[in-house]
Amino acid sequence: MSKKASVKELSPIAIYKLLPKTNCKECGEENCMALATKIVNREITIDSCKPLFKKEHEKAFNQLKEILKPPVKEVIVGVGDKARKLGGKLVMYRHEFTYTNSTAIAIDVTDEMPDELVTERIRKTESYTFEYIGNTLKLDMIAVRSTSNDPEKFKATVKKVSEATKLPLVLIALNTNVMEAGLMAAPKARPLIYAATKENWKDMAELALMYNSPLVASAPNDLDTLTSLAKTLLAYGVQDLVLDPGTFINEGLTDTINNFTMLRRAATKFGDELAGFPLMAVPMVAWANKGDSAKEIVEWREATTAAMLTVRYADIMVMHGTDGWALLPITVLRQNIYTDPRKPVAVAPGLKVFGTPDENSPVMFTSNFALTFYTVASDLESSKTNAYLIVVETEGSAIDSGVAGRKLTAERVAEALKASGIEGKVKHRKLIIPGKATRISGEIEELSGWKVQVGPRDSSEIPKYLTEKWQP
Amino acid sequence: MSKPDKKDTDDSGLKLSKDLLEALAKFQEIELEDFQLEAPELEIIFEQGFAGQMMPKLKLPTAIAVGKPTAMLQAPFTLPIETYSGKIAQVKLGATRSEGGTRGRSLVVGGEVSPAFYTFERPTTHPPVVTLDVFDMEVPLSKAVKMHVKDVVGDPAAWAKLAVEKFGADMVTVHLISIDPLLKDATPKAAANTVENILQAVDVPLVIGGCGDAAKDTAVFAEICERFKGERFLISSVTRDMDVEKCGKFIKKNGHAVLSFTPMDMNLARELNRRLYDYVDKDDIIMDLTTAALGYGLDYAFTNMERARIAGLMGDGELAHPMSSGTTNAWAAREAWLKMDAQWEPRELRGPLWEVTTALTLLLAGVDLFMMMHPAAVKTLKETVKHLTGTGKADPAKFYDWVAAKP
Repeated sequence: MSKKASVKELSPIAIYKLLPKTNCKECGEENCMALATKIVNREITIDSCKPLFKKEHEKAFNQLKEILKPPVKEVIVGVGDKARKLGGKLVMYRHEFTYTNSTAIAIDVTDEMPDELVTERIRKTESYTFEYIGNTLKLDMIAVRSTSNDPEKFKATVKKVSEATKLPLVLIALNTNVMEAGLMAAPKARPLIYAATKENWKDMAELALMYNSPLVASAPNDLDTLTSLAKTLLAYGVQDLVLDPGTFINEGLTDTINNFTMLRRAATKFGDELAGFPLMAVPMVAWANKGDSAKEIVEWREATTAAMLTVRYADIMVMHGTDGWALLPITVLRQNIYTDPRKPVAVAPGLKVFGTPDENSPVMFTSNFALTFYTVASDLESSKTNAYLIVVETEGSAIDSGVAGRKLTAERVAEALKASGIEGKVKHRKLIIPGKATRISGEIEELSGWKVQVGPRDSSEIPKYLTEKWQP
Repeated sequence: MSKPDKKDTDDSGLKLSKDLLEALAKFQEIELEDFQLEAPELEIIFEQGFAGQMMPKLKLPTAIAVGKPTAMLQAPFTLPIETYSGKIAQVKLGATRSEGGTRGRSLVVGGEVSPAFYTFERPTTHPPVVTLDVFDMEVPLSKAVKMHVKDVVGDPAAWAKLAVEKFGADMVTVHLISIDPLLKDATPKAAANTVENILQAVDVPLVIGGCGDAAKDTAVFAEICERFKGERFLISSVTRDMDVEKCGKFIKKNGHAVLSFTPMDMNLARELNRRLYDYVDKDDIIMDLTTAALGYGLDYAFTNMERARIAGLMGDGELAHPMSSGTTNAWAAREAWLKMDAQWEPRELRGPLWEVTTALTLLLAGVDLFMMMHPAAVKTLKETVKHLTGTGKADPAKFYDWVAAKP
């Protein structure tokens, strides 16, 4: 066996050599070399090369799969449209390559919660959405815990939950009889089974095989037992594993962060295949021994634990709190961490049209920093504003920092106005400027000849501002 | 259920005091208010690729045994330990009487020999510290912050005292906003008097913050460096468009430390540090690579810092400096302060959580010095640092309690 190349070292040639080299274009690419390049950049998978599935290419196909196999295995939970991929990580650090498969967030219900509460928590989980720079942030899964330790109760709850939602499930019970009852209630749902421990691993392995479901191997703060369990379960025939090294807050935080970091480093940098599985974090441990802490404190503690483990390698997290103030920072952080580090931070400057503006519609400007632009654009779109927005080249600076750093100057605004051709589109000569660019308002008037109106400091107030202050 | 533990150890991760909570509970009627923060230059350039990465070592795949195992197989975990040729510089801040200053104690940041909190590899050399923002004049603040400092706004000495005595600040940052030629255009002498008052009020090390006007900052820093020779202030900051020679010289001559501030670009950070080396020592420089808020570029800030730290450890001396973060920038995110739909409220909790999420993310990238704002965020960050650098252990016996917990 040859030494496996890391993501960075993999060359398109190495892939090309194993492709059919017929340039058949069935995959949609111009030729096999173009496909190889996209495969190396992980923009396309080898499955798009249909000829590879022919018998004569079987060996090459298997070799390709081995070469391209991520150091952290990709494990699928659930079935159908909402099935969720976990892990599949190619690298340890964001600067090496884009992270794949963002941390899945599972919200828990239990087999002793009243029916209405279970339904309500499922509804909350499914309806959680937040629009953020062109992405919709969502929650991913429902975790069903057995607090009763009663197989019949668990079975009934799993049945109810699997009928109520298409979201993938995590079934949580350490008693194998209880787990079996739960699996019987959702036999084709491919839930994630939690968990195989050093005590119950054999029965849990049997259940995982019987129900073709992924299995969590769990060994709290004991990596020797954890990798031993992984080895044992693999030998038993369970291939889709998730590792749970335990989540501990307060005094246990050091061990927690160390365990997650060691496992991910062992998998990505040291080629340790037993560490090469998705990692599970349980921020909801904050609720288990909460003492007499107020609900907000526990939720805060859960959220801060989740934030750290989103950064440090969790591929799935089980959470209990459902309040938006606590979940919003986590889902935004997750989006940030998993965004492609190669994407540009600036958008193209020029004139953007919102709604159906006419010759009396307002004219505004903003910076070409992507986050500023998308924020303003989303505010204009959601309020159905009819307006012209001129994106000024600020070298990717936001408004305030652009003014401070002299990247957003009156000269640039005047030039952008002229270049945009806006003078032929509106009758008036009034420019609404961002409140944070007040410092350069006088200069803009002088250089552009347009009358300047200072707008709000935050674009969320543009609609209100236009209603109150705009007259062509 | 057993009686609650007297020591209430479960609360130690977040001792949000009861009064703070009560304050936070009064969130309903708060109006949207204007908000502003100091505006650092935010210029993001991301480069791809990272040389010198380790190659994965060969390890044979696990053999599938014939037949199912009847007992657990043994496969002990091998600790993935690496060594680094570089070491992060150590910078002392503040000076006690015996050290030539007037501070009650001095602090050291940096000196790291492994990535942040890889304590399985090597212990943290110096725990990260927090400096709280104090402004020398009235500035617009978000409501969530204002409710904790409203009594001291406009009185920097009282504000500094509150930051140290009530909010647990390790240091205080004096933002000399009033020197801005576009605001009050206060004189260097007046600014130095403000610093004098704060030195009298608190005995922690100070960070001296300017207004962002290159010429004015230089004049004010020169006055303050000379008048308080030996106090070992952190001068925040020297940027590429300032007279680096002049600043470097008066900082070194008077025994202070310098914050080398650049937009998000490792090459610009290297360049400014190189220019500073002509006038100050390596152990006089902390670098600020620019902090963007959660949701507004934190990904770039995080990756830039993590990359810089690893590069420093791998032998890139020009990046082997302790890092500072203007974490207060988290409040630039509208989600930190804006009144939103009921689903996302109360913002009095969302705001500080936004700040501490930004802080914890950068803590894990390797930041050594946090410039922060909200007391609850500060408290959580400090507790987290304490836990991550302490000798506490996980208690596996209690771990599975969550499985059947009924919160």
